[in-house]
Amino acid sequence: MIIKILGSGCRKCVTLGENAKAAAAAAGIAAEIVKVTDIAEIAAHGVMSTPGLVVDGKLLSTGKVLSAEEIGRLL
Amino acid sequence: MNVIGWMNDQLLRMQWLSDLVTAGVSAVGLDPASRIGGSVQFFVYDVIKIFILLSVLIFVISYLQSYFPPERTRRLLGGRSGIGANVLGALLGTITPFCSCSSIPLFIGFTAAGLPLGVTFSFLISSPLVDMASVILLASIFSWPVALAYVGLGLLVAVIGGTVIGRLGLEGQVAEFVRTVPVSNAFDHLTRRERLAYARDQVTEIASRVWPYVLAGVGIGAAIHNWIPESAITALLGQDKWWAVPVATLVGIPIYADIFGTLPIAEALVAKGVGLGTVLAFMMAVTALSLPSLVMLHRVVKLPLLATFTGVVTLGILGIGFTFNLLAGWFI
Repeated sequence: MIIKILGSGCRKCVTLGENAKAAAAAAGIAAEIVKVTDIAEIAAHGVMSTPGLVVDGKLLSTGKVLSAEEIGRLL
Repeated sequence: MNVIGWMNDQLLRMQWLSDLVTAGVSAVGLDPASRIGGSVQFFVYDVIKIFILLSVLIFVISYLQSYFPPERTRRLLGGRSGIGANVLGALLGTITPFCSCSSIPLFIGFTAAGLPLGVTFSFLISSPLVDMASVILLASIFSWPVALAYVGLGLLVAVIGGTVIGRLGLEGQVAEFVRTVPVSNAFDHLTRRERLAYARDQVTEIASRVWPYVLAGVGIGAAIHNWIPESAITALLGQDKWWAVPVATLVGIPIYADIFGTLPIAEALVAKGVGLGTVLAFMMAVTALSLPSLVMLHRVVKLPLLATFTGVVTLGILGIGFTFNLLAGWFI
């Protein structure tokens, strides 16, 4: 599973990345966390508020720092 | 007894807190009228006041803002043009949740959806410049007429700035990839519980992000308040100096901070006899334009458009500064 964190590197994106990692670990899923900081690539997902969470190419949330539990439910 | 006056003094200016801190400073053996005691009083009182206001305001405002995600704003603005669209863009800029790290995706999203460049810029100018928190904070530190005038003039800069940029026909100055971005206007409908959770998260997130700026701002404010002689400040920024507004604007542009950090500095400068227009120009320059945000914007717009944007906003801020200084008698 590939989890992408979209965001230009602000604190929110870092927190979301950590939560996603924890969520995947808790669910026993082998996940690769990819940080997407390139503005063109972020925009290519149609995201207007960062951070965005993309799992296996599907956009799951934007503009929110989800907790590990919330991400776990989405996974 | 004047109820509104009382509410202003106690709830917004928090006179009770000032009195409490003064008593506390005296209790630990410092004279509040002395330099050190005065600095300590200003610092403690302002830090506590700003954090109380910040928490309450961000909570209430974020709750209201949760009704206006960028996707909804974009839909509201879609298909409109002319000055009405600029006005609406500027107004929506004051309520759409927006942190400076999101300005670029927002710009791309708006442009990709075919919104006129001028309308997008009206939104981008008003968004950091005029937000609801700044209105209440200005009322708290100065007065309601000042706060309302700041909002009115801030919106005017956004509308005029956006209109000018729209008229110049600079559409070709946007990076090519922007036009090919997919557009989806879907957004989540939240329950009340989710909105409350969002508002609470915003308070923690913003407070944890801005506290260094608040401490630095209050520290500089306390230094101006008690240590720098009034004559030195008025020699540079006094009401009779024509260069006061341009100097304040040029100093403010490269600085990155938000309204919470700038207000204590503004408060101290006004107390030292600096013109209101000069101080507002400084605040607007700090919040509307900053080096980091210009560098980010340069990734999606080419230099001529970036320079036009900076120039138009700078001229607008200068105009507001001079106007306020001329009309200051009406407000104080």
